[in-house]
Amino acid sequence: MTAINMCLAIPGKIVSVSGKDPLERAGKIDFGGVVKEASLAYVPDAVPGDYVIVHVGFALSRLDEDEAKKIFDYLKRMEELSELKESTP
Amino acid sequence: MKYLDEYRDAALAQQLTREIHRVTTRPWTLMEICGGQTHAIVKFGLDELLPEQITLIHGPGCPVCVTPVGIIDQALEIAARPGVIFTSFGDMLRVPGSRADLLSVKARGADVRIVYSPLDAVKLAAQNPAKEVVFFGVGFETTAPATALAVYRAAQQELKNFSMLISHVLVPPAMESLLSSPNCRVQGFLAAGHVCAVMGFEEYVPVAKKFHVPIVVTGFEPLDILQGVWMAVQQLESGRAEVENQYTRAVRSDGNQMARQMMMEVFQVVPRQWRGIGEIPRSGLGLREGYQAFDAAIKFGVIGRRVEESPECRSGLVLQGQIKPHECPAFATKCAPEHPLGAPMVSSEGACAAYYRYRRQPN
Ligand code: SF4
Repeated sequence: MTAINMCLAIPGKIVSVSGKDPLERAGKIDFGGVVKEASLAYVPDAVPGDYVIVHVGFALSRLDEDEAKKIFDYLKRMEELSELKESTP
Repeated sequence: MKYLDEYRDAALAQQLTREIHRVTTRPWTLMEICGGQTHAIVKFGLDELLPEQITLIHGPGCPVCVTPVGIIDQALEIAARPGVIFTSFGDMLRVPGSRADLLSVKARGADVRIVYSPLDAVKLAAQNPAKEVVFFGVGFETTAPATALAVYRAAQQELKNFSMLISHVLVPPAMESLLSSPNCRVQGFLAAGHVCAVMGFEEYVPVAKKFHVPIVVTGFEPLDILQGVWMAVQQLESGRAEVENQYTRAVRSDGNQMARQMMMEVFQVVPRQWRGIGEIPRSGLGLREGYQAFDAAIKFGVIGRRVEESPECRSGLVLQGQIKPHECPAFATKCAPEHPLGAPMVSSEGACAAYYRYRRQPN
């Protein structure tokens, strides 16, 4: 028996979209090689290529690329700052 | 994998850990709400990276764990009826009711099936008009949009043979209930990112203010959790108690409007019993009057009974963060994932199961 965990919500990439009626909209989502169908009823703007968080067969949120980068930019600046401090006596 | 691996980068995690060490001057106790976060913390040993002064306690954020025994018994009763196809998420199958679990009822011949999405259960009902298809609708605000749309679809399709046994719970009332307890040790929260992806985080603002606790909406990967801790500690150190959003890539302040609208179309807020905690007012969702034809408890006439938990199980204390799982006397002796005494040992999101899997020998 494969454990289907209701808590696990994971990011996946929309490969294709089907269905015209907003509530019927569904998509094929690629989770690092495993492709599954999910309802896109709650992410009306999402298009193929977008990443979404999927939970129990529903995309709940579209991931924002710019926001996703922020932490890495921040950590990079911190790193540079501390290198700067170390190199100036 | 994009949006996954980069948040597990060890060097960056170390950098964040150093930052946390740098800003921490006093002891602080934080609670993560979501079982998915608990799982990540124990799996990646994040708590062991933190300064000694910081204690992470594990909250009640595992829907499997807080579903009361009485509801499991109702599920078992319905599943055992002839002509019923009982459908559920996989992680509910081994949760012990007062005498059995869904898996053993299935072994005795009941038609119990695991589905991936509640919509699959609606499909089953359409394909099997001669059967009664029941879905076990449990979970937090993250699963409620899915069950809401399933009920809405069934209503649109005028399906007479579909119903749901519903035990949905809501996170913010549980946080308030914990904070109101005189034994509460929590000084700051990492709020569950995916719950907020649906609901937004405006409703936490009054909670943060009333109890003067920082609440940081936090994601699930190691870097997310470390950043969430870092933001909460900075608030505590500077005496602030605000709602902040760490998980900006997935969470907007008003959440997902379409999902919220669908939930409010189908559900209303009701009091709910929490396993190990007791009844919390306005802490759950039940079907609105217009959708009560889809209420399996009414349809099958099963009445919720209060049932005593196994007296050996300390899940109530674990779920409220008052003891760690390995402090329960039954942990890893009488209680293990193959023969769980309580729900937190069943689900992989349960704190007891996470400790069993990753930390049998506590250090
Ligand atoms: S270890 Fe088992 S018996 Fe103890 S609290 Fe956890 S689930 Fe209950």
